[in-house]
Amino acid sequence: MTAERMRLLLPVLSLAVLLGAVFYLQPRAMSYFGLNLLFNLAIPVALATIAQMMIIMVNDIDLSIGAFVSFCACVTATFVHDTPLIGYSILLLAILGYAALGALIQLRGLPAIVVTLGMSFVWGGLAVLILPSPGGASPEWLKALMVFKTPLVPIAVIVPLIIAFVVHVLIKRSWVGVVLQGLGGNERAMERAGWSVVQLRAGAYGLAGLFGVLAGMCLVGLTTAADANIALRYTLLSIAGVILGGGEFVGGRISPFGAVIGALTLTLAASFLSFLRLSPDWQIGAQGAILILVLAVRLLFVRKGVTA
Amino acid sequence: MPDTQTIPGALDAPVVSLDAADMSFGLVHALRQATMAVAAGECVGLVGHNGAGKSTLANVINGRLSPTGGGVTHRYANIAMTNSENARNAGIRSVFQELSLCPNLTVLENLRITYWNMSRRNWRRTAKQKVTDALDLVFPGHDIRPHATVGALTIAQRQMVEIAIAFADRDSEPSLVILDEPTSSLDAAIAQQLLAHINRFCAAGGAVLFISHMMGEIFEVATRIIIMKDGQIVDDQPARAFTRSSIVDAMGHVAPDHDEAVVDRANRPLGNEVIRAENGLSARKGEIVGLAGLAGHGQAEALAQIYFDHSPLWKTTKTPEVVFVAGDRSRDGVMPLWSILRNLSLTTLNEFSRRAMVDHGAEVGLVQSWKERIGIRTDNLRNPILSLSGGNQQKVLFARALASAAPIVVMDDPMRGVDVGTKKEVYQMLQDEAARGRSFLWYSTETDEILECDRVFVFRTGRIAAELIGEEITEENILRASFEMQEAAE
Repeated sequence: MTAERMRLLLPVLSLAVLLGAVFYLQPRAMSYFGLNLLFNLAIPVALATIAQMMIIMVNDIDLSIGAFVSFCACVTATFVHDTPLIGYSILLLAILGYAALGALIQLRGLPAIVVTLGMSFVWGGLAVLILPSPGGASPEWLKALMVFKTPLVPIAVIVPLIIAFVVHVLIKRSWVGVVLQGLGGNERAMERAGWSVVQLRAGAYGLAGLFGVLAGMCLVGLTTAADANIALRYTLLSIAGVILGGGEFVGGRISPFGAVIGALTLTLAASFLSFLRLSPDWQIGAQGAILILVLAVRLLFVRKGVTA
Repeated sequence: MPDTQTIPGALDAPVVSLDAADMSFGLVHALRQATMAVAAGECVGLVGHNGAGKSTLANVINGRLSPTGGGVTHRYANIAMTNSENARNAGIRSVFQELSLCPNLTVLENLRITYWNMSRRNWRRTAKQKVTDALDLVFPGHDIRPHATVGALTIAQRQMVEIAIAFADRDSEPSLVILDEPTSSLDAAIAQQLLAHINRFCAAGGAVLFISHMMGEIFEVATRIIIMKDGQIVDDQPARAFTRSSIVDAMGHVAPDHDEAVVDRANRPLGNEVIRAENGLSARKGEIVGLAGLAGHGQAEALAQIYFDHSPLWKTTKTPEVVFVAGDRSRDGVMPLWSILRNLSLTTLNEFSRRAMVDHGAEVGLVQSWKERIGIRTDNLRNPILSLSGGNQQKVLFARALASAAPIVVMDDPMRGVDVGTKKEVYQMLQDEAARGRSFLWYSTETDEILECDRVFVFRTGRIAAELIGEEITEENILRASFEMQEAAE
């Protein structure tokens, strides 16, 4: 338990440091409205990061999450808005498609990185077919939900916490989650204990698909429109978020709270750099530098943990 | 604890029985005509040298392998179900040397993984209770918390958890527990607890198949001992019919006629010491040093240590001190997409290059000359390496190392899956090269190869258990040193 907490300490600290820096630069951010603005766009990023976490949990990596979220956003802004029944059916099929992909990867022993790279073009192509130019509209209930004014603490802070808690219960507390993590920890042991690894991998991918769909829907609720390329950068953001939040690429070591905090930190890093009045040309590079810095600090932590 | 009384009519039925079971992987017969049975209340000790078929036998019993011939019958077997399902229903559990826990999960969660139909409500409490009970039962006084992450435990603690889970009362009760070298990472006191538990477990009607290299432990727990050799069961009698030396005698191969080689060796002058490692391993100029012992007792690690200690970390030099011949060809030997030529010249590229450019003329000349010397059977050196047979691929790897001017050659069981003819040729070549002043460090799991050596270090549990020179290098001495002969004193 203590090792687990150590793992979570670093993402929490880096978020706190960044938040402090933002408040120092821009004291007016320290308000209901300010916090909402800061973390608004973090909700879909957090959901996409959770989706990525499901894949990393079973020792794979998903390079199509950004394209998939874009596709889901396009479906939400068109079909779900116009003909809800067809729209939701498409989203459901997309989730099943993700699960089928997981089964295929396990059955044929394919490298997930290649399959998902290929799928990113498939999702991207479908998104362009559905919405060739930016547009569409958000379903009313979704828009209302995303701008809902909660008392005291803004919704942009509450929702990520709820997401993290729900996923924590699902993955860290329930036996289903334990079995899924076991697949990442020791695939052979799971097979020997008699579990169907195909079903397990399909399950993990299906969960990833579910959270990808939720990310796309939330994104449309926030932006009230969609575009085929709206979430492409989520692929790398989500991977970075999982790792920043204490996850490991192999071994099934992941943390839902960490992943969500990682996503918040990455979103905040972008705002922080704007407050610094850094030219947008340099922002991506600076964001990368922050990421490397945090990960380097974590490496020191881990090394110490090993020697201790 | 199994309660055999409640199982109608099953008391005298064996938990598992093998009837002339055969298991072959391609051309390799890992198990031949194995006939045996394990009854309730028995603790069967299983001994044998490397490749004798112990693991294959264990895997046939626990259902992971289905025999290619003959039959395996589990108690309450159902024809419609697979071998592994029957084994699971019969309550057969196994603990293998490679740890089969999930290191990212906690101790209690690892129990949940093996416990199929645990009720979903409050499963954490049930799992905690079960795993604590099992640990308390097998290892009283342990200090393992059920909430600890397995990855954070020591190797010994992980082994304890795995053993405890195997003995735990799960969806089915354990009827036969297969333990493969269970004490390898436990200290003496904990090992004693385990042996005591095995005795209790068997007295209560359970059965254990105990694979170990510690003779003391075998004699302490086993009621019956099965000896395997070359995939066959050569002896199967109550434990009291054996003595330590009669077991070693039964395990040995047919004595090979290597007398000439011995004479040859004795006459060859040896030079100064060229290698001395911390663990006591040493080699002199022109000497063939063998690393023997049961597989996985630290030989490969010792070789790797020597190789890395004598190789520069960053820069390859034109005069390397040591070269490496891989045994696991596909993992660390062959470049599968490259030609024979490029595979052979890989190690020596630096030695035979000029200003960072490969000297093609010299490369072809070198490869051509080695093709003649070592007899690689191909008509075109530009054919892909995989067009060669396994033995010829291995010759290419030998040539790759020997072509270098390095005075020390490290070999990690290089003759795996190589035919006898090739082996003889390679032995001769090694003797010739040694006569020219090269030193060889040779890890081998085959006794014939170890007998080719001038000096042999026998490894046991990561340490050197014996150093044999000249006449002392006999199969019997090697076996004696590989198996713990003293009472479990260490």
